[in-house]
Amino acid sequence: MDLNYTAEEQAFRAEVRAFVTTHLPADISAKVKGGKRLAKDDFVRWQKVLHAKGWGATMWPQKFGGTGWSAVQQYIFEEECAEAGAPLQLPFGLRMVAPVIQAFGSKGQQEHFLPRIVDGSDWWCQGYSEPGSGSDLASLKTRAERQGDHYVVNGQKTWNTLGQYADWIFCLVRTSGEGRPQEGISFLLIDMKTPGITVRPIIMNDGEHEINEVWFEDVKVPVQNLVGEENKGWTYAKFLLGHERTGIAGVGRSKAALHHLKEIARQETSAGRPMIEDQRFRDRIAQVELELMALEITNMRVLSAEKEKKAPGPEASILKIKGSEIQQTIAELQMQAMGHYALPWLPEALDPAWPGKPVGAGYAAPLSGHYFNYRKTTIYGGSNEIQKNIIAQMILGL
Amino acid sequence: MDFNYTDEQNALRDTLSRYIVKDYPFEARRALAKSADGFSREHWKQFAELGLLALPFPEDFGGLSVTGGNAVDTLLVMEAFGRGLVLEPYLSTVIVAGGLVRDAGSAAQKEALLPAVAGGERMLALAHFERGARYEVSRVDTAAKADGGGWKLSGAKGVVLGGGSADTLLVSASTGKGLSLFLVDARAKGVAVRNYMTQDGARAAEIALDNVAVGADALVGPEGGALPLIERALDYGIAALCAEAVGIMAALNEATLEYLKTRKQFGQAIGRFQALQHRMVDMVIATEQSRSMAMMAAVKADSADAAERRRAVSAAKAYIGQQARFVGQQAVQLHGGMGVVDELNVSHYFKRLTMIDLTFGNTDHHLGLFSDMLLAA
Repeated sequence: MDLNYTAEEQAFRAEVRAFVTTHLPADISAKVKGGKRLAKDDFVRWQKVLHAKGWGATMWPQKFGGTGWSAVQQYIFEEECAEAGAPLQLPFGLRMVAPVIQAFGSKGQQEHFLPRIVDGSDWWCQGYSEPGSGSDLASLKTRAERQGDHYVVNGQKTWNTLGQYADWIFCLVRTSGEGRPQEGISFLLIDMKTPGITVRPIIMNDGEHEINEVWFEDVKVPVQNLVGEENKGWTYAKFLLGHERTGIAGVGRSKAALHHLKEIARQETSAGRPMIEDQRFRDRIAQVELELMALEITNMRVLSAEKEKKAPGPEASILKIKGSEIQQTIAELQMQAMGHYALPWLPEALDPAWPGKPVGAGYAAPLSGHYFNYRKTTIYGGSNEIQKNIIAQMILGL
Repeated sequence: MDFNYTDEQNALRDTLSRYIVKDYPFEARRALAKSADGFSREHWKQFAELGLLALPFPEDFGGLSVTGGNAVDTLLVMEAFGRGLVLEPYLSTVIVAGGLVRDAGSAAQKEALLPAVAGGERMLALAHFERGARYEVSRVDTAAKADGGGWKLSGAKGVVLGGGSADTLLVSASTGKGLSLFLVDARAKGVAVRNYMTQDGARAAEIALDNVAVGADALVGPEGGALPLIERALDYGIAALCAEAVGIMAALNEATLEYLKTRKQFGQAIGRFQALQHRMVDMVIATEQSRSMAMMAAVKADSADAAERRRAVSAAKAYIGQQARFVGQQAVQLHGGMGVVDELNVSHYFKRLTMIDLTFGNTDHHLGLFSDMLLAA
């Protein structure tokens, strides 16, 4: 056992850093670091840059066009990207539907969809939650009826992230009312341009349009867009959630956020002295840093073990719980560091092209909204309470 | 990075876990705690035979270590010792004082002490902390005055772990040139040892030194240069305590999980209740996160970079102190009344975890050190 990076790993980090710092478009990193609003094109441009280098899918095996990197290499890449101010590679295609297609999809689905995910051609979104089915996901009601060589889909999905930009949605739909609720669910890939789909914005607590409701009214989906077997979708859904949880720890991003927090605490003053010299506040920063140090190692322990077993286990729930709590704490401390200058609400200041003068420090505008928005992290991807149920049942046998 | 143990380390772990289960049962341990020594010389002999006492020492001085002190080996030993609530003064003799002699002693001092420690014939203790200094490592009132060719030591050392059983003490004292370290025979004239039991069943001592005469060859390391040496030895000790705490937390979790599955109330196993399930999950997460920190502390304890080592060790001690408190308290809580009785091992694990926090700097102390490092960063 050695928690120090090997010479090869250090060389790899240097290689990643050299590439990311020279190829990440400066306008994009300025937006990310400044907490500005990102456009669809920002995400897509970065994905295309990575794809051109062959690094489009660092979490995929090589045979599907991924890098086949080790858990440690993936982590180094994540950390370097976050530090450089790269936008998050959105998980919906890369981390969520792709592993399902790889594991359970047809050859035709693999050949069509996977290259279009890694090269940034297709933007995917998620159709899991419904108004009546949140934590109790298996109770979902959106129906898909087989009619000849099509399914006809009717129902409503919600908490759909960035679906306003999406080309495709992967959906859990009910194909049978027989047996346990879990036994009548299927996994469908649906083209967002199909007639009968309506996307309606849901405005978040930070005033931003990040999520949507998606309505399906007699939406015709070709049967070849069914993944795996009919009524086996719950198995694929759980598999997908395991992958989602694995990426969700966000250690690299939290390290960058912690770095930003310390910068803010050096800039903002209290009684004429930097906030970092306020022992009560500094101890709160120290506390979350301890949590993050522990998670950094736990994350790599879990991912390295997964790599050997080839699939995420329930241990990923630990990463989700701790990762989300840490993200929230850092966001809260960033806001608290601002004191009363956390009050002004200037949504226009999040527009990268806004020519106006900030109220207070230039970094202030996004912080409170970020705090409010980040309450989502302990709710999405299976709420942290659901994660604890998973650990209690799957690991502890309670 | 590599998260796997070597084959030798896996073998060591298996040996230790068999030993703890077979030869260190809880009832026998309770009797040992009440014996005159407070531990078993027989166990100590077996530790020597298993090579445990030689683990951190170089081969040239009767040791087994090729690298000169791999803290990951120590991690495995201490985790197992935590599970067994081992009473023998391994931490004080082998890790802290033994580590000091290994890292700071002259060839003659190493030759005189390390093979004897590795063979189980001699016990050591670091007599450093004093009552007024609390956890401040640099603060020592005990004084050493040059006397002829040698030194005369006077002062009082407090809560010296394993101080009562030590044959040789490593005593820190200020000379005109600063903090220095001396080898003192525990039976020398002027040394008064008051041995007592600690809350967790182990032993410590108050040690008074009244004009204790030692020779020039008693000085360990350079005169006035003892502080970084002591800090390093204590960091090894803290990394070891972190590993011991993780062993205890894992054992408490197993006991608590078993209890949740077997204890019935309201006509069902209490583990069916979600409030208790989630508490148990929180205990498991706290333990896994602590294990990560203990691994980091073990690896960084070997680091040549003192600042990096200190930061990692304080981080681990502060964090594990918090998590161990949570796991210990909740293990007691979930055991209900059975958690607070002497008869069950749960209360003993809880007490040991609590005393680990209070040893070599508690959570507040190390969180403060870690926090203050943010100013420099």
